[in-house]
Amino acid sequence: MKDSRKEGTWEAKKGLAQMLKGGVIMDVVTPEHALIAQEAGAVAVMALERVPSDIRIQGGVARMSDPDMIRGIQEQVNIPVMAKCRIGHFVEAQILEAMQIDYIDESEVLTPADEKYHVNKHDFSVPFVCGATNLGEALRRIGEGAAMIRTKGEAGTGNVVEAVRHARAVTGAISKLRVTPVQELMTIAKEMGAPYDLVKYVHENGCLPVVNFAAGGIATPADAALMMQLGLDGVFVGSGIFKSGNPEKRARAIVEAVSRFDSPEVLAEVSRNLGEAMVGINISTLPDEERLANRGW
Amino acid sequence: MPAVGVLALQGGVAEHISILMQLGCDVKEIRTPDELESLSALILPGGESTTLISLMNRWKLTSPLRTMGEDGFPIFGTCAGAVLLSKEIDEKEHEITQNSLGLADVKAVRNYFGRQTCSFLESIDVTGLPEPFPGVFIRAPLLLPLADDVEVLSSVEDGPVLLRQNNLWLSSFHPELTPDCRIHRLFLENQGILKRSG
Repeated sequence: MKDSRKEGTWEAKKGLAQMLKGGVIMDVVTPEHALIAQEAGAVAVMALERVPSDIRIQGGVARMSDPDMIRGIQEQVNIPVMAKCRIGHFVEAQILEAMQIDYIDESEVLTPADEKYHVNKHDFSVPFVCGATNLGEALRRIGEGAAMIRTKGEAGTGNVVEAVRHARAVTGAISKLRVTPVQELMTIAKEMGAPYDLVKYVHENGCLPVVNFAAGGIATPADAALMMQLGLDGVFVGSGIFKSGNPEKRARAIVEAVSRFDSPEVLAEVSRNLGEAMVGINISTLPDEERLANRGW
Repeated sequence: MPAVGVLALQGGVAEHISILMQLGCDVKEIRTPDELESLSALILPGGESTTLISLMNRWKLTSPLRTMGEDGFPIFGTCAGAVLLSKEIDEKEHEITQNSLGLADVKAVRNYFGRQTCSFLESIDVTGLPEPFPGVFIRAPLLLPLADDVEVLSSVEDGPVLLRQNNLWLSSFHPELTPDCRIHRLFLENQGILKRSG
């Protein structure tokens, strides 16, 4: 190997997320699901043992998936395979890296392992995606080495309202920062609890330094297109596909909706006759301790 | 000068647009067959090739693009885009039954270098560029020529990574992921779309 070859660089970590833009990443629990997702046009799959809606119903501690189960999915598909580790559980992350997973989601959907610290993601050559409810949280995660950000909508509810809230919080704060005088940036960094150099980057460039996806509660092609029109780069769909009446058809429709999110005619066509959507939960009925967005700091 | 099109169904679209604009080109995003009218060249960006193939079929772009390529229209495919242009597609670990545009006499071996942890940055020498180029390789394919008129413009130790066959250019790395415009300029100058500088 040439001396000049450098693996696991920031460009390579961030670059893979850039190649996923305009695409749909689907939660899958079996190799069969993974194949359906790939054939429907998913850009990547998230391998996990239980989709978020089942984690909600069954309760208990939700952990990293069994390596055998992840391996089965890696063997089945040639698109990137992602997997989740618990917040702060850097050993689960080490295991996933050793398995050559393509992206790690340090996820609030699993039970947090550390109440204070997230994984130091700079230590890894595998890239990480993390959830964020607002700009300060997004920049803290990027400061820790996350190469991709997603909203932290309430996974497993089939209700998009929280993802919309987080997306608007992040994009709104970015627009505001863009026109903020330089003199005020340090105070804003202090108030946001975000690294100054990243606050300055957003001020100068008017965007995050990494790709920003929607996640949590996306159940229909219209939900997916809504998140794209709100300015996000792509979507994660969890329980919304394999908890619906016709997963194959719905998966394909969501992929098509994301690729042509600004054409209402196309959206009308792909939304037709998809069968039952997942039932869904009204988030205002969820007790605070069951709200996943409150996990992570 | 007519606009340069960028296939905008999925992937690193904005990055190509930004480089083309730095080179002073008008740029048009392509999502439907109608939008293929009056272009000077087309970029097929990186992304996921299985997704791109399925969306190109769905929005009826595959057959008009194939015709344009056969008629000598300049097309540059980067990474997944290069896979779409190749006549043969292979993979190390999996059986592949993808159908692509199949325009260039090239065999693309998908994910040749391994999974994401093996993605890398390497400084590469390119025919026509006096200084090396920073190549960003992400789950990259290796590109093997299948005909004599396929020119290899750059190689790494493992094999070729930048090829040209007349109007078709294929790179296994992502020239759009660096601020460096030189590979895009080389393509556009070679195809007579940009005037040669200096």
